[in-house]
Amino acid sequence: MTMINDQSYVRTEMLGEKSPPVSNVGIIGWMKNNLFSSPLNIVLSLLSIFAIYSVLAALLPWVFGGVWYASSLTECRAILFEIHGEATKRACWGVIRERFWQLMYGFYPSDLYWRPNLALVWLFAAIAPVLFNGLPKKMLLVSVAFPFVAPWLIWGGSFWVPVMAFMGFVVGFLVHRITSKTISSLVGIILGVLAALLWWLLLSGPIAEMMESIVPLEITKVGSRQIGGFMLAILLGITGITLSFPIGIVLALGRLSNLVIVKALCVGFIEFIRGVPLITLLFVASVLLNYFLPKGTQFDIILRVMIMITFFAAAYMAEVIRGGLAALPKGQYEAADALGLDYWQAQRLIILPQALKISIPGIVSNFIGLFKDTTLVSIIALSDPLGWVKLIQGNAEWNGVIWELYGFVAFVFFLFCFGMSRYSMYLERKLQTGH
Amino acid sequence: MSDSATVRKEMSISDEIAIEITGMNKWYGAFHVLKDINMTVRRGERIVVCGPSGSGKSTLIRCVNRLEVHQEGTIIVDGTELSSDLKNIDKIRSEVGMCFQHFNLFPHLTVLENLTLAPIWVRKTPQKEARETAMHFLEKVKIPEQAAKYPGQLSGGQQQRVAIARSLCMKPRIMLFDEPTSALDPEMIKEVLDTMIELAEEGMTMIVVTHEMGFARQVANRVIFMDEGQIVEQNEPQEFFNNPKSERTKLFLSQILGH
Repeated sequence: MTMINDQSYVRTEMLGEKSPPVSNVGIIGWMKNNLFSSPLNIVLSLLSIFAIYSVLAALLPWVFGGVWYASSLTECRAILFEIHGEATKRACWGVIRERFWQLMYGFYPSDLYWRPNLALVWLFAAIAPVLFNGLPKKMLLVSVAFPFVAPWLIWGGSFWVPVMAFMGFVVGFLVHRITSKTISSLVGIILGVLAALLWWLLLSGPIAEMMESIVPLEITKVGSRQIGGFMLAILLGITGITLSFPIGIVLALGRLSNLVIVKALCVGFIEFIRGVPLITLLFVASVLLNYFLPKGTQFDIILRVMIMITFFAAAYMAEVIRGGLAALPKGQYEAADALGLDYWQAQRLIILPQALKISIPGIVSNFIGLFKDTTLVSIIALSDPLGWVKLIQGNAEWNGVIWELYGFVAFVFFLFCFGMSRYSMYLERKLQTGH
Repeated sequence: MSDSATVRKEMSISDEIAIEITGMNKWYGAFHVLKDINMTVRRGERIVVCGPSGSGKSTLIRCVNRLEVHQEGTIIVDGTELSSDLKNIDKIRSEVGMCFQHFNLFPHLTVLENLTLAPIWVRKTPQKEARETAMHFLEKVKIPEQAAKYPGQLSGGQQQRVAIARSLCMKPRIMLFDEPTSALDPEMIKEVLDTMIELAEEGMTMIVVTHEMGFARQVANRVIFMDEGQIVEQNEPQEFFNNPKSERTKLFLSQILGH
């Protein structure tokens, strides 16, 4: 007999684990909890399911019942009328099939498609060591060569040009090595940069020409105006992304620096670029820049646009990274200081790895935004995918095609952007080191 | 308190001066945080600094490795005067270990990487040697099995012991502790204090800011009491606790020992 008022209690045996009730796990449990948990939710769920059904019922036949083999809009409509009768709405995919290569490469010579293709494959090999770890160190050589080989593959010309461009870095590095040891590290940096600039501006051109006349290694040149379609978008997107990232880091660190002049320069740059619409910068690149440059300088239009897009993205990147830096507890800086690490060591080993990890969602958002912003170049008469949509619509055969072209362009952009977004989530999970 | 502890105190202190602070003043803006601090720490001394919060005790030891900048007076650490010369600062920082209230381990690195980072990059120790040293000190703080884990996977007490080991890997000649047990659960305080006691037994020069008066009694050979940015009283622990001179000290002791 136990007494009701007896409050003392001693557990003699610890309880084991039991599996949860069936209605809480699996698909049934999930649906019960998420779709049909209350009368209101039941109604909302049913309405949503009906809405989704209606959209798909209209969209899927349009997409999958479309006509692929027709060489003009009129022909396509005739085929559709023959099969389905009067009131039918189906896609005319013929335009995509016929103009696919132009949407992809613009006016790039079709017998040279292998060159941008090779550059793209090279790109994947080059970023592999950056994206995934556990690859052999030698793969980095492929990455280092990429920025020199890829432009050569795309624009063509003498192979000695990228070689000389690379030599500029070698010269700068050597000068830095020698002077930083004999004089001081700051002087070494300045002289190294100067030497590289001198090399590029004065020596690399003549030497490349001389080498070309001795050992000709030229491939067919392709002009910037011939580059278009998704190739242009990817070209601008990738250079923008890879260059804006390091510049953004430097700007963010500069903005937080104690050195007044450095700080003022960085703040000024960021605020100016952020305060101006990208389109304005693109117009500056396409029209105004030629007025300011010395007469006779050939400054490629794509290169000018690349620089503007990079600056624009870098200013935003800097602010995203600054957010990450601000989110780090002060103790991390102090611990790094207390261990005797100098400023750059602390930044590289302690601060930036954590700050960048915090900023991954913002950084990738910026990348995605930058990639989509490349479509703005159609305004300054570069034929990016949207530029090509207008060109195609201007033709008599396909005048009036709207949804198919824009839908296709949107779909391809979505694939790229969704890919980036998924990768960023993978990266966040991979870098998770908490519990 | 054991007799051996008393004996140790007399044994390991030499005449060599490790830290000398003269006429040091510090302001935060217009607020005068540290007022005319004068103190000398000899090699092998174990000093406990205590006082109410806001009394400037943390700021004082943070000035010793220049995490805080003082405006007046001199601080000489191991014969090197602290000035704005970056080379001197880095030299002193690599000689002076510091443990923080919130450990400040690097969460993106494993425990082992936390320990080897500074020796590899600051001391240019070869990787293999740095790893061996790190494992040696992890064994010393009794958590070698945690080497491959990330700090976020450890308990507070374990994290603080890793932080101590991280400082020791730089082979410092002086150790500063800034309230090392204040952020810990009661059951973890002991494991950290034990590590610190062991360190003291080996003759490490230590300045410890703490509220652990038991630790002060057992390990310290001098207790410094601070209030309102000044040193109010300093004495041997025996005298300090049993026979405080200043009214402020008496009040403080009655408050923290009274409950």
